[in-house]
Amino acid sequence: MMRKDFFFWGTIACAVTVMAFITLPLIQLLTAPSLVMLKETIVDKDVLNSIVLSLSAAGIAALISFVLGTPLAYLLARHEFRGKRLVEGIIDLPIIIPHPVVGIAILSVTGRNHWFGQLLSEWGIRIMGSVTGIITVMTFVAIPFYIKAAKEGFDAVSPRLENVSRSLGASMTSTFFRITFPLAWRSMLAGIIMASARAISEFGAVVIVAYHPMIAPVMIYERFETYGLKYSQPVAVWLIGICLVLFLVLRILTTKQKRPA
Amino acid sequence: MISVENLHIDLGEFHLKDISLDVEKNEFFIIMGPSGSGKTILLETIAGLVQPKAGCIKIGTEDITHLPPEKRGISIVYQDYALFPHLTVVENIRYGLHFNKEDKAAGESRLRELLMLLNLEGLEKRYPETLSGGEQQRVAMARALVVNPQILLLDEPLSALDPRLREEFRLLLKQLQKRTTATILMVTHDFSEALALGGRGAVMNAGRIEQMGSMEDIFQRPKSTMVADFVGMKNLFAVTIDYEIAHIGDLQVHLGRGYSNGEHFIAIRPEDIVLSAEQLHSSMRNSFNGQIVQIISQGFYYEIHIVVGKVIFCALVTKGALLEMDLQEGREIFLFFKSTAIHTF
Repeated sequence: MMRKDFFFWGTIACAVTVMAFITLPLIQLLTAPSLVMLKETIVDKDVLNSIVLSLSAAGIAALISFVLGTPLAYLLARHEFRGKRLVEGIIDLPIIIPHPVVGIAILSVTGRNHWFGQLLSEWGIRIMGSVTGIITVMTFVAIPFYIKAAKEGFDAVSPRLENVSRSLGASMTSTFFRITFPLAWRSMLAGIIMASARAISEFGAVVIVAYHPMIAPVMIYERFETYGLKYSQPVAVWLIGICLVLFLVLRILTTKQKRPA
Repeated sequence: MISVENLHIDLGEFHLKDISLDVEKNEFFIIMGPSGSGKTILLETIAGLVQPKAGCIKIGTEDITHLPPEKRGISIVYQDYALFPHLTVVENIRYGLHFNKEDKAAGESRLRELLMLLNLEGLEKRYPETLSGGEQQRVAMARALVVNPQILLLDEPLSALDPRLREEFRLLLKQLQKRTTATILMVTHDFSEALALGGRGAVMNAGRIEQMGSMEDIFQRPKSTMVADFVGMKNLFAVTIDYEIAHIGDLQVHLGRGYSNGEHFIAIRPEDIVLSAEQLHSSMRNSFNGQIVQIISQGFYYEIHIVVGKVIFCALVTKGALLEMDLQEGREIFLFFKSTAIHTF
């Protein structure tokens, strides 16, 4: 009995420590700036622009992840093929690689010294110091999160449902949109939320590819470097606040409603 | 109607080899075999959901081997029903009609008819998760039949039902077969179920067809030890035959007619072995004296294991007979069987 008690209280103590570790700095950050400061910050055009840029670039990155990642996630969930583990390993790479390295890697392939960079330049696409560059970097770091979540969603849909649908006359495309998608969309949306969150929080890779135009994390960093902690906090509070509200709304919208029996 | 010729399927570690089948129009054909013998894969290949490595599948004279599943007119009902969880009962059943080119009114009228026939009226707006196993089963059947398939594939449709529902569903299947024009291929791992449904069938084992023919033929005349074991022939012995006599060790069994000399197998159904407390003077040519070593209850029946020399025979008796003859472990008993009850292969 003593041992069980010790185990129980040990677990509780660890749980409380982890909760405090995560929430304490955030609560401190959120409560540090005064309301006046918060108001002054949000009317600052630069701040507002950086938050809007962060949100829109992250949203586009998540959308690109959705469009390009969905077929790949479906392929991985439904088919066994040689090299599947290698493909899964490659998808995980952006999670493992240090963030500045991601920025350097993207610059090295899109720079003028690389044939791909020259091609982009011919098409009039600029990566360095552009919104396109920001979106590219954000997609790079966010897409693994979307693919993983979508794959889990597809895994949870029994292939037998698709088999039955096809035997009843539906083509593969009809089957996907009538059966697979309606059953997996919550996981896909969760993936989009995860990917957006990851994209919004990216700093290290973006700062190398595009210091300007400034996304919110770069602006927070700049204010911290130039003016100190106090001046950077209100921007951070606004970024966190807006993100929390957005994700909360999405979560509520996607929560499964219980069907009446 | 449907013929499968020299089909080879290679699914990584799982293989089907040289499968050939011929099923007539409107026939009820049963594919039997133990779990893992490849029955479901064969159904999925016929439905076009798995591509074979070699061989061909024909409906009539048309080669459908490479036709996509949606163009085959073959419906499949899985063991777990595979109802679409996000659609109501009626939406599930109506699903196939969206892709059917025929008159909408005809489809709707067939839907109404199936709802009535399968006793699903009143459940139309319910979701699958709120239905009982039997109801889900009937919805899956209605969904498969509403598109008027040429062939209906049933993957172990009775295994998830309790015994009472099983009996009901067997009757329903027979009724459905009379009412539809569909050829039915059903898979089961339970031979007694197959026997109850009759018709023709095939026994599969380890990716091959071991035997094909009428149920009666498979039941009475198994062609291999695997089939004999599968159809419940418990008394299966390796023997040396000397024309009319089979030797099981020291035991001599009269076969009633001559066979080629050499190593063979004989099988005797447990229900064909007669037990008696005394020696009987009957036409049964094989009579032995043994000792009961084990009595196993099988619900309404009892399996009596009797050792004769070094050989153990298994007989089946009713509870009434068990009590009447006062059968107990350790008791001496006579056992008899006719030569015609022995199956030699």
